[in-house]
Amino acid sequence: MAGGTARARPTPTVAPRGTRRTGRTPVALLVPAILGLLFLVLPLAGLLVRTPWATLPQRLTEPGVLTALRLSVQTATLATLLCLLLGVPLAWLLARVQFPGRQLVRALVTVPLVLPPVVGGLALLLVFGRRGLVGSWLDSTFGVTVPFTTTAVVLAQAFVAMPFLIIAVEGALRGADTRYEEAAATLGAGRWTTFTHVTLPLVAPGIAAGAVLGWARALGEFGATITFAGNYPGRTQTMPVAVYLALETDLEAAIVLSLILLTVSVVILAGLRDRWASAP
Amino acid sequence: MTTGRPASLGQSVPAAGPRLLDAHLVVDRDSFRLDLPLTIAPGEVVALLGPNGAGKTTALRTLAGLLPLSAGHLTLAGRDLDHPVRRTWTPPERRPIGVVFQDYLLFPHLSALDNVAFGPRRHGLDRRQARDLAADWLTRMGLAEHARRKPRELSGGQAQRVALARALAVEPALLLLDEPLAALDARTRLDTRAQLQRHLAAHAGAALLVTHDPLDALVLADRLVVIEHGRVVQEGDAATITARPRTDYVARLVGLNLYRGYADGHRVRLGDGFELTTGDHHEGEVFVAFPPSAVALHPRRPDGSPRNTWPATITGIQQHGDNLRIQLVGPIEVAADVTPAAATQLRLAPGQPVWAAVKAAETRAYPAAPG
Amino acid sequence: MTRTRLRTALTALALLVVTGCADDRADPAATGAGNGGELTVFAAASLRESFTRLGQDFEAAQGVRVTFNFAGSSALAAQINQGAPADVFAAAAPANMATVVDAGNSDGEPVTFARNQLVIAVPRGNPDGVTALSDLTKPDAKVAVCAEQVPCGAAARKALDAAGVALTPVTLEQDVRAALNKVRLGEVDAALVYRTDVRAAADDVDGIEFPESTGAVNDYPIVVLKDADHPAAARAFVDHVNSDTGRAVLTAAGFQVP
Repeated sequence: MAGGTARARPTPTVAPRGTRRTGRTPVALLVPAILGLLFLVLPLAGLLVRTPWATLPQRLTEPGVLTALRLSVQTATLATLLCLLLGVPLAWLLARVQFPGRQLVRALVTVPLVLPPVVGGLALLLVFGRRGLVGSWLDSTFGVTVPFTTTAVVLAQAFVAMPFLIIAVEGALRGADTRYEEAAATLGAGRWTTFTHVTLPLVAPGIAAGAVLGWARALGEFGATITFAGNYPGRTQTMPVAVYLALETDLEAAIVLSLILLTVSVVILAGLRDRWASAP
Repeated sequence: MTTGRPASLGQSVPAAGPRLLDAHLVVDRDSFRLDLPLTIAPGEVVALLGPNGAGKTTALRTLAGLLPLSAGHLTLAGRDLDHPVRRTWTPPERRPIGVVFQDYLLFPHLSALDNVAFGPRRHGLDRRQARDLAADWLTRMGLAEHARRKPRELSGGQAQRVALARALAVEPALLLLDEPLAALDARTRLDTRAQLQRHLAAHAGAALLVTHDPLDALVLADRLVVIEHGRVVQEGDAATITARPRTDYVARLVGLNLYRGYADGHRVRLGDGFELTTGDHHEGEVFVAFPPSAVALHPRRPDGSPRNTWPATITGIQQHGDNLRIQLVGPIEVAADVTPAAATQLRLAPGQPVWAAVKAAETRAYPAAPG
Repeated sequence: MTRTRLRTALTALALLVVTGCADDRADPAATGAGNGGELTVFAAASLRESFTRLGQDFEAAQGVRVTFNFAGSSALAAQINQGAPADVFAAAAPANMATVVDAGNSDGEPVTFARNQLVIAVPRGNPDGVTALSDLTKPDAKVAVCAEQVPCGAAARKALDAAGVALTPVTLEQDVRAALNKVRLGEVDAALVYRTDVRAAADDVDGIEFPESTGAVNDYPIVVLKDADHPAAARAFVDHVNSDTGRAVLTAAGFQVP
């Protein structure tokens, strides 16, 4: 070049390699970690100890069990879909749009986490019940009543599960690099296309994590369900409700039902996880 | 080094042809103000140079539509894209502008092919057409066999070319390149720069290259615009700017020692009373410039021809290409390039006193006042 | 109109929080200190009003502090069998009492101190004009009954069978208060609950008596527990419940006494 004295870039110094710390895990972390694990796992062991293994096969095939299990999995899945449909846009709003009262809205979103589920169920009755704010209109206009239906189960589960999804997705959205969205805009993508084609795929792991949390929460939902949807086999009796009622008369039946619920959820979640882990 | 016309500060250099981009970018933000008149002709490549914080990125973002102008205007191919006074603003997705971002921002979930097809798809092509077009572009970039790869499976140079293909695939009237080579290692840079030069030459629209690397600017651009603190400090072709820097920043950029002083014939008196003798004859305010290679170092006061000699102290030594660059203080601060052999012979070390000498014939003086 | 409904609903909310959440899941350890002249009584949730009253009388007369743990009878029985410190157990059904007796945790034989009878709870004023069990089988009628796993559900099943009424409820509630609350909230048109529950919620609901309920009367047994810290005071409390004062309080609450 002209002059021949262009500024040279400084040569990067090469840091010595191979000195990465591979030492032992610090005891200060290991001990509480193991205690934490025990704390979570021991109650499960307590259930296993009391499990009536001899009569297990016979109890598993009782007709009500499979009905409740199927209903639980179906409603939890529908509730998760509902959460995704409503929760992802809400998370996006919280993460990406500046508006007055955003902090308040963010706090409101977590209300179902704090509210005792039974109260949540009652609150849902007051809104969607036959005399409720929305429910009375639904009843008079469409002749539709929500309580004591499978829809009510889904609503109750979605109500308690939604915060888990929103918090996970909002965190993912905040962590995502918004410059990808700018890049999409310069390529001619409008906001909606950018959202569906760039933002969503970028935060897919966060959405998946939120959906798993939400699904698990929905599956275990009891208080809001029994209050809002009641208990009727095949229609609103989910596994947790069945467990609760079994506890009234038959401890062992309750344990068996709990174990089934646990096993099914662990198998499903582990299966999904493998699929995501292997996904590109 | 060729001697060009004196660049004239504050008077915009007319573009070679009709103006494709005609803009006056004004952005007020806190205490910072960008005030940048900018015109680019079709097929012209303009480099926007400046130190960090000079407003390069701000300028690029206003052009792309990622940041609105506070004042001024932005007209591209006859369309008013941003004109605050007329309350006109066009969102980025409706501007005929392509951007190659600094770290490329290839969509990590899409293959190279789909990254390139993304723009054409948004511009109304169906999936198949967009992919065919993208495949063409990748072939043109020599990346046909990498079309199915995800960005994380591409090397830096490959990713850069995919980003370029992605920006060009929408056939933008204005191509913006934000430090397009900064993320690459030295070797890849060389190849990629050469390829980029080819593609820029083939690009019919205007192109703006934002960089802080003078080499990129000199190799790739037809014209350079240097900004500092949001304002244009120098503008012109590569030869003029490298020969006649007007600020310390530009001088450092092009690797020259630069001083401002008052000329009386061949003698130039600098601010602190120090005098330099130059080969050029001038009267009044001038700049004096000479390359570090023109500075000779001696252990003792040299006898004979060099008119300009002064005692100095070494403050730093850096590797610079094959040579060593020596930073010196004394009556004037100066950088000198010496060979490693000479340095060893002179036993140069920081803190050591030496004598510096510059031949008058190797210095260049030019008027400081524009015009 | 809407406002009164809202108020009713909010009252119900408060009630549900208090009766449904707080006490059904009360921590036995918190109420079971069991020393320092303190008597701990585990009693069925339906005994809340009457036993609280009796406890105050007993404290005044005997100078012994009485602490109650009101919850579902089966939960209480499970807690006692798991070693929860209690002196007296009053259950809403012989079956729950049997669990404790069979586990050898009782001191002596339980005695029946009260009986509860099912009634049809309807919204105040009986808007649908319900007069008999058979009215509940009308196509549009929404009825809540207790799940058969809990005593009021078992009693309801017995009564319905006795009446030969094939009733399809919309929900099988987990306890009698939950069933009653569904009536108070207007979510169901009627519920089969105990007469005592209707008496306690007389502001919001009316109770319709029906003849078949006599075949499904629920006995309330009470017993002193084997591990009682204060066996003498415990016996005195059981006697107090069975005294004339006790019977008067229970009758006022809607119980029948033997």
